[in-house]
Amino acid sequence: MIALTGKNQSYVLVLYGLCFPLIHVAHAQFILKMAAVQGGMGDADIKTDIKTEPSADGFGNNNANDGRVLSASPGSSSSTGSNKQTAAVTPEDQQTLLAVLQFLKKNKLSESVEILRREAGLPENSLDPKANESAGAGSGGAAGIVDLEGGDASSLLSRVTGSSSAGAQAPTKGTFICGGKKDQPDVSVVLSAYSQQGDPTLYKVYYRDLKKFIETVLDCHRAELSQVFYPLFVHMYLELVYNNHESEAKAFFEKFSGDQECYYEEDLRILSGLTKKEHMRGNETLLDFRTSKFVLRISRDSYQLLKRHLQERQNNQIWNIIQEHLYIDIFDGMPRSKSQIDAMSGSLAGEAKREANKTKVYYGLLKEPEIELPLDDEDEEAENEEGKPKKKKPKKDSVGSKSKKQDPNAPSQNRIPLPELKDSDKLDKIMYMKEATKRIRLGPDNLPSVCFYTFLNAYQGLTAVDLTDDSSLIAGGFADSTVRVWSVTPKKLRKVKSAADLNLIDKESDDVLERIMDEKTASESKIMYGHSGPVYGISFSPDRNYLLSSSEDGTVRLWSLLTFTCLVAYKGHNYPVWDTQFSPYGYYFVSGGHDRVARLWATDHYQPLRIFSGHLADITCTRFHPNSNYVATGSSDRTIRLWDVLSGNCVRIFTGHKGPIHSLAFSPNGKFLASGATDGRVLLWDIGHGLMVGELKGHTDTIYSLRFSRDGEILASGSMDNTVRLWDAMKAFDDLETDDFTAATGHIHLQDNSQELLLGTYTTKSTPVIHLHFTRRNLLLAAGAFNP
Amino acid sequence: MADREERRFAEVSRESVRLMAEGAGVELGDDVAALLAEDVCYRLREATQSSSQFMRHAKRRKLTVEDFNRALRWSNVEAICGYGAQDALPFRSVKEGELFFVEDRDVNLVELALATNIPKGCAETMVRVNVSYLDGKGNLEPQGTVPTAVQSLSDDLLKYYQQITRAILGEDPHLMKVKSVSHDLEQLNRLMHMVKSLVQNPYLYLGSYVRSLVSSVMYCILEPLAASINPLNDHWTLRDYAALLLSHIFWTHGDLVSGLYHQILLSLQKVLSDPVRPLCSHYGAVVGLHALGWKAVERVLFPHLPAYWANLQAVLDDYSVSNAQVKADGHKVYGAILVAVERLLKMKALSLSQSAEGQSGAHPGSVVGAVSYRVNSPGLSPPPEPLSEAALGIASHLQVGGAGCHWEEWTPVPLPAMYCELYSFFGDSLAVRFSTGTGFGTHSPCTPSQLGDSRKEPPGPASNLDTTRKMPQLTANLNISPRQDGSPRTDPPPPTTRGAPRSAGLSREVFPKARFTSPQTTPPAFSFLIGGRQMGQRCQGRRPFQTMFATTPPVSAIPPRTYAHKLPVIGRVGKPVRRWTCSHYSLHLPL
Repeated sequence: MIALTGKNQSYVLVLYGLCFPLIHVAHAQFILKMAAVQGGMGDADIKTDIKTEPSADGFGNNNANDGRVLSASPGSSSSTGSNKQTAAVTPEDQQTLLAVLQFLKKNKLSESVEILRREAGLPENSLDPKANESAGAGSGGAAGIVDLEGGDASSLLSRVTGSSSAGAQAPTKGTFICGGKKDQPDVSVVLSAYSQQGDPTLYKVYYRDLKKFIETVLDCHRAELSQVFYPLFVHMYLELVYNNHESEAKAFFEKFSGDQECYYEEDLRILSGLTKKEHMRGNETLLDFRTSKFVLRISRDSYQLLKRHLQERQNNQIWNIIQEHLYIDIFDGMPRSKSQIDAMSGSLAGEAKREANKTKVYYGLLKEPEIELPLDDEDEEAENEEGKPKKKKPKKDSVGSKSKKQDPNAPSQNRIPLPELKDSDKLDKIMYMKEATKRIRLGPDNLPSVCFYTFLNAYQGLTAVDLTDDSSLIAGGFADSTVRVWSVTPKKLRKVKSAADLNLIDKESDDVLERIMDEKTASESKIMYGHSGPVYGISFSPDRNYLLSSSEDGTVRLWSLLTFTCLVAYKGHNYPVWDTQFSPYGYYFVSGGHDRVARLWATDHYQPLRIFSGHLADITCTRFHPNSNYVATGSSDRTIRLWDVLSGNCVRIFTGHKGPIHSLAFSPNGKFLASGATDGRVLLWDIGHGLMVGELKGHTDTIYSLRFSRDGEILASGSMDNTVRLWDAMKAFDDLETDDFTAATGHIHLQDNSQELLLGTYTTKSTPVIHLHFTRRNLLLAAGAFNP
Repeated sequence: MADREERRFAEVSRESVRLMAEGAGVELGDDVAALLAEDVCYRLREATQSSSQFMRHAKRRKLTVEDFNRALRWSNVEAICGYGAQDALPFRSVKEGELFFVEDRDVNLVELALATNIPKGCAETMVRVNVSYLDGKGNLEPQGTVPTAVQSLSDDLLKYYQQITRAILGEDPHLMKVKSVSHDLEQLNRLMHMVKSLVQNPYLYLGSYVRSLVSSVMYCILEPLAASINPLNDHWTLRDYAALLLSHIFWTHGDLVSGLYHQILLSLQKVLSDPVRPLCSHYGAVVGLHALGWKAVERVLFPHLPAYWANLQAVLDDYSVSNAQVKADGHKVYGAILVAVERLLKMKALSLSQSAEGQSGAHPGSVVGAVSYRVNSPGLSPPPEPLSEAALGIASHLQVGGAGCHWEEWTPVPLPAMYCELYSFFGDSLAVRFSTGTGFGTHSPCTPSQLGDSRKEPPGPASNLDTTRKMPQLTANLNISPRQDGSPRTDPPPPTTRGAPRSAGLSREVFPKARFTSPQTTPPAFSFLIGGRQMGQRCQGRRPFQTMFATTPPVSAIPPRTYAHKLPVIGRVGKPVRRWTCSHYSLHLPL
């Protein structure tokens, strides 16, 4: 191995030399840097690992230049895993060579291919079949990989039914050794052999072996390597079940299920109920688990340790599973501690890959449109309202000026088309600014007052609540399929007059908007019928003219709050729709449900504009980013994803929750995201860096609502445990001024400061808190149904 | 996680599958049935899993049939109808057939359709707002008090508190808000049991909470609960139990609630003197007074009796059908009053006899009087001076004689002599009771000692019988007070050597004996009858109640007998009942 090192290095350098003409200057610099890094390292293994990275990157760049999709880097993925049968050289070295050769070949550098092969002493034919294949893949680009995976799916089919979605589910970059193995035809041979050879009784032995090994390694590696247990356990169990070794599967489960982390208990319970091959067929979550890769982050040292062990033991069974079903994201540096790992793990598919969170996210706010309205006009209005206007003017200016400078992190104003402001919207903005000047500055010493809106006699079952931004209307979705709207101001709810009556009114009059309303229909509340199942999500449009509701019946309905009738039923989710929300600018809305996809709609399109797919389980909650360019979804797979509305891509994956996520909230400045789950914890995320930045423990039950105060100082969380808790958000975010290292590695050190951050706990009277809202003046409104 | 191995899922046996298949007219082979059974289990589990999702999204903690049906529907299985009702479904088993089934009551549709008292649909759903916390500080009135008090508790106590509140009220952290649950007897019962356990917990210093505890107990005793409207609801038990609890609180925490005593007396008095209140409230008042000790009965109930009696008599004399329910209630009150008054008499006699002893034994005697006093009416012990009590006893006793005229209104046999008068005054029917009870007459100074002997004699053997037959209860009593232990054996001697026990040296002995005779002979009678007294369906409800008596100290040991006595009284008025009770009575007589 070591003897080869020197040679390898030279190849690499040769290769780089050859590549230069082809590659961007910037990229070249990168490669040079990498080469320098390699120079500093003695171990061949390490070098190979790194080297595949730049080569993949090179492909990516090339592809991008060719106008192909960036995420597909097929050449490397096909090249990386193809080492098993040529045992002459160490697999890693072999693999590296093959990768290099393929790269060269693809770029039509046959000369260097020859040289390299001669030097490495590789037989000519060893490369050819794969080379051809990979060349095909390479030239095929994005399309190629789809084909490949289509073919691959057939091989998978022999083992997993209905896995045709595999490729779509796991667009693996496959830049690492373990990635993309299944893309190879010879792998399928290996696999079939593996499933035949799989002596069910040996599974236990294998697992115990590994367990013993991991228990004996150094402490610093043990925590990291222990991550392998859970996915291995699950896959081995499923393997046994799939191959109809029911009793062995049971025994295996009983023996080792106790070793798993406690936060997987829920999954294990489901798993333990599954003992037959037939059961797997209908279980989509399990299928996804099998076909997607469980992502682990392991430091290089720990990984080497594991690999060496498995190779020494000839433990192919486990090694194959690791290669086939696990995606090991290797990083350089110190192994992570147990607490670090625990903070991030817990999701159905492991942690997020680091590069999944590398995309740039424009989390800044959009520039507020300047509203040209004569100041005296405003004064007049203010006078009309309460008669003492003057003092507020200077303050308002300051508010206005704040929004004038463009945030460097903000997306361009027209990144996505937004609806134009109507006059009424402008009036509302003015109202908003006025209110904002009267806003109370909250802080640890100045906690908000809490008003509780209690739904009494809600025997139908209150399932969702929303309040308008100006806190004038409250809407409830009920389990009896109704949507009810109440006015919480003295102003009653009125319908628009009928068409015949509308013809009679004078359309030129100033108060035409008042005249169209039918006084006879004035009432405190209105009920809207239309859904045929419990209403799980509800959202007011920012202009208060519409209301959205999503229901178990699979539809999202748009209601007019002028006529109190249903305008549109958006059909697309064929399963229960758990949540829906209007964009802060109106027009767009997002919905997510049991079908595991979130959809972006526009109110005037009956079909979705975007479909965000990638979650492995139900999407339980959806939220728009304040700048409307992104959508966050929380899921039962215990991950949160952030989607780009423009491209439809997933730009962030946040893992760390140990239970289904039921509430999300963006901070008003758009920088942070808070999420609450059934595990009773609130997690805070830095969107720009893609990092977890805080953990707030205190609730004892599912958190159904989260809301930042208008200025973002306070985070309020409402839970099933009948409490509202207030957290010091400023402190939580200030404390951590993320350093570059953390940002680069994604390793977070969370201090346990929940108690310091907890500013207050307010109990309700037997009323689970299912909605929270800060008024424009920072009064906290909470809502829930009294449950005697 | 370690217990995972043991945990098995609910499984449907292949026999069940085969049975069901047969029910559908299909003959299944063994292997097919086994396969099917396994699959059914899995599908059930799967459906349960997904139904929990519907529960979570409906923001509930309770999985409903509706949720399950939704899960079924989404997995393309027909939903199950008929289980959507909100109330719990009683799950029954038939032992002979090893059958388990959900009880499905017949619904008389005709009656339902023609019913005139159509319930007005539920109240309108509405939103109400209240300022819960102003500037981050709690609004004290609605939700402040208990939680803030709780915050100062240590972790363990906090946990204890949470456990209690959770166990009792489910989700309501407001321990003392009894009123909101007045419709739910079950919950009230639970609440009372909880209060009892709180009171009994020796490691818990209730402090000022006793006050709120007492008030909630009082609520249960006195309030015309919503549940009382339905005659089927056994709110009587609740009242009895609450009264017992009240006495228990005063017994154990007398020092904490001394100030409350008079307050409570007042409120009881108020209820009693208010003719508008329903009979069940009156009953509560009587039982409550009774529980507070004979002193309370004497002070409050007795003076009110003449006035009250007229009302009650009117109710009892009304034989119209529409009055049946009220009349039944009236009997309850009647019984309770009788019981209370009777005990009053007995205790009076006892105290008098002891004060007589006290007179003979000079100084020590008065001490005994005090002791006996404290034992029998714990609530009173703090306020008055112990020494003056004996004297007070006599004085008030004389008062009874004066008040005797009121009794004459309803008891046909008036007797001139004070104690004999009161004794015989209970008349022929009541004499029976006394014979089984104790020879209280023996202690009355006016009756000769021979009488006492003759009366005492039968109870002696009876008590021996008891010890052999009802061992557990006796031991229970023995456990409570070691002093009682010796008393059965000392029971016979006093009458024989009458002079000696009255002496100062034995005065300590006399009292326990006197006290013992009642608990010792009566518990069996009580335990038997209490079970039978109720309509039958509530028998089980009574069980814990009765065991409570067995384990609680003397105070509670007396009420039992009183219940035993109540029966014949009721029987006297309502004829069929009397026959019923009499048969039982004859059963318990040999004891």
